[in-house]
Amino acid sequence: MRPAFSVIFLTTLIGAGQGLFLALVGGQFYRVIGAAKAPETGVFFSYGSGLVLALLGAGLLASFFHLAHPERAWRAASQWRTSWLSREVIALPAVMGAVCVYGGLHWLGLNPVLVTFANAKTLDLTMALGYAGVAAVLALFVCTGMIYGCMKFIQEWATPLTVLNFFLMGSASGLVLATVYADLMASGLAELYAGFAMAMTVAALIGRTASLWRNGNIKYMSSLQTAVGMHHRNLRQVTRGFTASAFNLKEFFHPGGPGMVAKMTALFLVLAFALPLLLMMVGLAEGLAPWFGLAFAVQYAGLLAERWVFFAEATHPQNLYYQKVA
Amino acid sequence: MTDTIAKQLALVIDLNTCVGCHACVTSCKEWNSSGWGGPMPDTNPYDRDPSGVFFNRVQTYEAGTYPNTETIHFPKSCLHCEDPPCVPVCPTGASYKRAEDGIVLVDYDKCIGCKYCSWACPYGAREFDEETGVMKKCTLCVDRIYDKNLPEAERKPACVLACPAGARLFGDVTDPDSDVSIAIREEGGYQLMPEWGTKPGNQYLPRRKVKRVIHEDELVRADNPLKKEGPLPRPEEGTPSLDDVTSW
Repeated sequence: MRPAFSVIFLTTLIGAGQGLFLALVGGQFYRVIGAAKAPETGVFFSYGSGLVLALLGAGLLASFFHLAHPERAWRAASQWRTSWLSREVIALPAVMGAVCVYGGLHWLGLNPVLVTFANAKTLDLTMALGYAGVAAVLALFVCTGMIYGCMKFIQEWATPLTVLNFFLMGSASGLVLATVYADLMASGLAELYAGFAMAMTVAALIGRTASLWRNGNIKYMSSLQTAVGMHHRNLRQVTRGFTASAFNLKEFFHPGGPGMVAKMTALFLVLAFALPLLLMMVGLAEGLAPWFGLAFAVQYAGLLAERWVFFAEATHPQNLYYQKVA
Repeated sequence: MTDTIAKQLALVIDLNTCVGCHACVTSCKEWNSSGWGGPMPDTNPYDRDPSGVFFNRVQTYEAGTYPNTETIHFPKSCLHCEDPPCVPVCPTGASYKRAEDGIVLVDYDKCIGCKYCSWACPYGAREFDEETGVMKKCTLCVDRIYDKNLPEAERKPACVLACPAGARLFGDVTDPDSDVSIAIREEGGYQLMPEWGTKPGNQYLPRRKVKRVIHEDELVRADNPLKKEGPLPRPEEGTPSLDDVTSW
């Protein structure tokens, strides 16, 4: 498949935003259970929510560049019964709304206690909204992943690993960003975030390696024989039927040369996983914020490369019909 | 999908008859560029790197090892699947399958041009129109097959009318007595990529071995009592001819 930059930016930006929101709510939970050394104020969560909104908004903006008729985008919410894309179109604004309310209430300091439990712990309004936001974020991860995962004949995508990896990689980059943010805000949560960010980066590396291994060993269901319906062992295309270019030649093939996917794979394994882990470790040891910032930048660049590979490595069965020109 | 459609109009393409002349390709482009399904614009048509929208392509395949090879001309267009994977994925409902005749269409006024439906088609039947920014596909000439202004014999897709070899049949594949159903049944019609469960409406009739036995009496005249080959002797001048007007 041709990697579309609009979709690459959409999925990486909202992934980081979703991960950051999970980190914020996790941080608040950490405070509520009383484990944090210095409890965070509403300012920390409201500014953080602003950052989440900026990332989600940037992703949403990028998605519009994918549409030939962005003025009709509102129609895309109508087919949520059948279309994962439609569900994502609903889930993304829902997450943005939840983040907006969550951050807004923190900013205003409106945080009444909703429930007091028997052990004297309380559930306050922002924490409850945070949980709702986390549910929406997880739903959005599922929608984004399933847009690709539901394409059963694009066999590289049709695996639960697709959804899992969108979640793991988004969370990893969001947690790295949360580390940078917490460090800048001089929050006691920075070390906690750094630990989780590294753990999530390792988990994402495992998940993505698993999908790379799986995709390297795929037995394709379709062949030229099933495509044409002629079950001869020695069947080949003489001509695709035209010499000019066509949508079918642009959309379903990636623009890189034969070795490009392998090179980009090596690149993203280093940039998205290995190098950020190293930089985070240095940052933790040295206690210097720039290392965390660098880790985020490097990892984000790596995830752009990862998303490029995600599209480029996907083999569409229609390509069987477009192999040769005479 | 199957139990909700009244019938399924589709094409049956005889690969044993198709000669690969591309008449269906050009007639499709001509009709649909001027009709409801169009336009089918070309980018840089007379320049470097031309590109264009087509609803129908004729491809050529070869099977076997020289000299025992077989050439297969293979027309490919939207198969109007009974369970079209391109329809449920459309986020706007622009892509739909008609309940009355099973034709899969795109509502150009609702399409946002996200191209997701084209990803969902394993056959690559949909082609994006860069000029108008919407997805396009074979309409089975929906603007001509119901046109009461046309003589009944012409209420068929343009590709079917154009085929000089008669390799394309058009009809309702759910009606067991239709020409297409009989052809599928009797000539071994099959669907493309059955592994994905799309149940294409269009079917293909396979290549068949055509072996001609020529008997000797087809080469040598049997009604030749003198057993002599060669021109008959000229009759006498004035001999009555068959029509009494001409003479030898």
